[in-house]
Amino acid sequence: MSHIGKSVIRHDGVQKVTGRAEYLADIKLNGMLYAKMLASPHAHARILRINTEKAKALPGVRAVLTGKDDNAMVGIYMVDRSALAQDKVRHWGEAVAAVAADTEAIAEEAVRLIEVEYEVLPIIFDAQEAIQPGAPQVHEQAESYDYIKGVFHPEPGRNIANRTKVRRGDVDEAFARADVVIEHTYEQPQVFHVPLEPHGTIVQWGAEDYVKIYSSTQSPFAVRDLFAHSFNLPRNKVEVIAPYVGGGFGGKSGIHLEPLVGMLSKRCGGRPVKLIPTREEECATLPSRQGMVSKVKTGAMRDGTIIAEEVEYLWVGGAYADYGVNISRAGAMTACGPYHIENVKADSVTVYTNHVFGTAYRGFGHPEVFFGIERQRDLLAKELGMDPVELRLKNLLMPGKETITGELITENTGRVDQCLKVVAEKLKVSEDYTAAERAEMEKTGKYRGKAAAVLQKSPAMPTWSASSAIIHMNEDGTVHITVGGVDFGQGTYTVLQQIASERLHIPIEKISMAPGVNTDMSPYDWQTVASRMTVLCGNALCDACDDLEAQLLEMGGVVLRAGKHELGLADEHVYVKQNPHQRVSYAQICMGYTYENGNAVGGPMIGRGKCIAQGLTNIDPETGQGKTALDWTYGAHAVEVEVDVRTGDVEVLHMASCMDVGRVMNEAMLNGQVVGGVLQGLGTTLSEAVYYDAEGNLLTRNLTDYKIPTFKDLPGNLDVSYIETPQLDGPYGARGVGEHPLISITAVIANAVANATGTEIYELPLSADKVRAALRQTK
Amino acid sequence: MKAIQLTVNGGAYKVFCPEDITLLTLLREHLHLTGTKEGCAAGECGACTVIYNGKPINACMVLAMEADGAVIETIEGEAKDGVLSPLQQAFIDCHALQCGFCTPGMIMSARALLDENPTPTRDEIVHAMEGNLCRCTGYEPIIRAIEQIAGGAQ
Repeated sequence: MSHIGKSVIRHDGVQKVTGRAEYLADIKLNGMLYAKMLASPHAHARILRINTEKAKALPGVRAVLTGKDDNAMVGIYMVDRSALAQDKVRHWGEAVAAVAADTEAIAEEAVRLIEVEYEVLPIIFDAQEAIQPGAPQVHEQAESYDYIKGVFHPEPGRNIANRTKVRRGDVDEAFARADVVIEHTYEQPQVFHVPLEPHGTIVQWGAEDYVKIYSSTQSPFAVRDLFAHSFNLPRNKVEVIAPYVGGGFGGKSGIHLEPLVGMLSKRCGGRPVKLIPTREEECATLPSRQGMVSKVKTGAMRDGTIIAEEVEYLWVGGAYADYGVNISRAGAMTACGPYHIENVKADSVTVYTNHVFGTAYRGFGHPEVFFGIERQRDLLAKELGMDPVELRLKNLLMPGKETITGELITENTGRVDQCLKVVAEKLKVSEDYTAAERAEMEKTGKYRGKAAAVLQKSPAMPTWSASSAIIHMNEDGTVHITVGGVDFGQGTYTVLQQIASERLHIPIEKISMAPGVNTDMSPYDWQTVASRMTVLCGNALCDACDDLEAQLLEMGGVVLRAGKHELGLADEHVYVKQNPHQRVSYAQICMGYTYENGNAVGGPMIGRGKCIAQGLTNIDPETGQGKTALDWTYGAHAVEVEVDVRTGDVEVLHMASCMDVGRVMNEAMLNGQVVGGVLQGLGTTLSEAVYYDAEGNLLTRNLTDYKIPTFKDLPGNLDVSYIETPQLDGPYGARGVGEHPLISITAVIANAVANATGTEIYELPLSADKVRAALRQTK
Repeated sequence: MKAIQLTVNGGAYKVFCPEDITLLTLLREHLHLTGTKEGCAAGECGACTVIYNGKPINACMVLAMEADGAVIETIEGEAKDGVLSPLQQAFIDCHALQCGFCTPGMIMSARALLDENPTPTRDEIVHAMEGNLCRCTGYEPIIRAIEQIAGGAQ
């Protein structure tokens, strides 16, 4: 293998380091108008009146829309949100009206001239109160919403957008015979995605309802599908173009501003309208990651065997379901982590509240689940007086065991135990500090502690999730790959080039990919989410390369007068195996072969390939049993922290991360995913939280109040390593890993803080003030 | 509308523009230099970093009118005659970018640092760069790219 695993540099580096890469904000179209939104200043309020007269009268204003005008219902799984609030607002920052005008300045002024009269309603902010019978409802008409029946299970009248259940064995019987039962509640706030590039879209609703959409999106085909669904348009009249996308982390999957801007464009006679939210709107109007309250009850025998686990996950879904309903479902599938447990009861519930609504976020529910689960493992070990690493090793999923949803783990699923052993050994997690070290800690007030935690994730996606790829040859034998998935920084396109290079024996510099996706020209891909691109799109490309290879061999056979079985590919040539100097170059045959007398045969070569998730099933609605995992990527983190007990500051001294990726496709890029993901996880752990005041008004509206990690927040040392247990159906054995590094970071840090100080913390973030307060409380 | 004159990437410009726009808007909308990115419009993220009279600044925090007479360097001036600067090449070689949206600002901050201090230590790099946010890379490869230049590639 000459290309797989190599740290090939990224395909779009030159465009990006020169500033030439064109993102949504950089696109200008003739006649383009600019849109601005009016956001709700209340978390929950009835809209009594909206007066748009003054705004409409402002010169340069081309359209003013409110929820009373044409409106569109949107929602990827649960169609519960209108593009502009109708009748009432359900979260602070919800779009109430929108303006399109000749300039941004005019649009801004017009928005200020819109008068809205509200009747403020009591807010619903506590997920546990929200699900009680008789609680006020965020959505009074929930039973009328369209949703995917059989997959999601809303409970109208209870503020429940979805409940997914897992039932296995008999937890009550098991708890009764367990030697030890522990029960804890864990709380996590919402967090923001913070891509450096905000969302943005330009929509041109042309004559005869031909709609052209430019969008900063991870999911151009989902935007097309959902937009067409909202407006009842055929798919071939909606064109979605994703240019370079400046980060997404899940927040740019699904559909967001496109329907609103589409309606504005339609109102303006089809002129293109551009909308880029401000950073405040990015926080308040666009969705966040859901908050979560998890209750975990665990029963174990004295030897450490976990025999039962009962969990209740209440996801603080905010005002609309969006991806939240599928996240709670994914959370149920992974409810107890990578452990073999015979008796399980899990309820995972997306709760409507008056928070900013939740959506997909790197890890898709797993980081939230694992905070509780991996904290619980350390707490159980403490209760049993066991080494936490040993406790985990005793219970981890191993080949021959079943997951909580009844999926059999095989030799090729991946080895979470090995990941754990690697990181635990690297940081000597199970070794105690010496007496001298302890004395030093006492003296300085800076206490060190260590911990390890495991993680797992499979893609959470429909059973029919598919990808496709086209690879065509140019006149000189260079090739061009087209796919429908987006490379928004993760490096998928470079890995695809490596695959094609390997497969077709062509130097990587002769393989090109255009930036971005155009649904009119690119082959279908479900969405760029779920760490699924290398596997599904990679497999589709392998299929396309095989198709092209067959064409090269066929044409080569004609020219070389040999059977296919006698031919091979090497060095951009088709050659005769038993006589390798007898060969013909790709360039000579890829557009057809021309004989000396002028006769030509063959024609342009285009390979096509496809891949669809194999063997996934719907789950049993009562027990959650079924196969939802295309692949499981396992991993583990270990950490050593230092806690300053006077200030509450937590410093990360050393970290080790190990993932079973199946096959390393591009080591430098893989390291990029791990290092970037770990730091994002440290942000969730130590500083990031969305805050509101008592009335539900959003307080964190900018990057000063909402702190993501900076250059100063790197861990002292991060050791990254990989295990390669080949995924049998992954390209070259690879499996997905983009989201995984972020999972379990919160838990491993909190466990290490507990190890350092003896103080158990059950709430995130572990910001200095909270850690200090917790330390004071236990002293 | 008012006329101002400024030098951008070695070229002289005379621009008529509204008095209330920022230097960032002037660069992006009036001079069509869209390599400089807007991430927050509030001086918090560093995506719009340009070099202004030799110092790195957030272009979103400077009014265009203040830039009358200023000498400005943007990402578009970093490659010369179609050849990447060693710093740009180091960013690519060290995998110091993913989505690329923060990259122009990162490179301009790094350029300003290296112009003033050709051999910064790791701490000096961290200190100089902390106003530039990146959500993808975890920063480590960016530090390595700058260290590579500081180590002599320049």
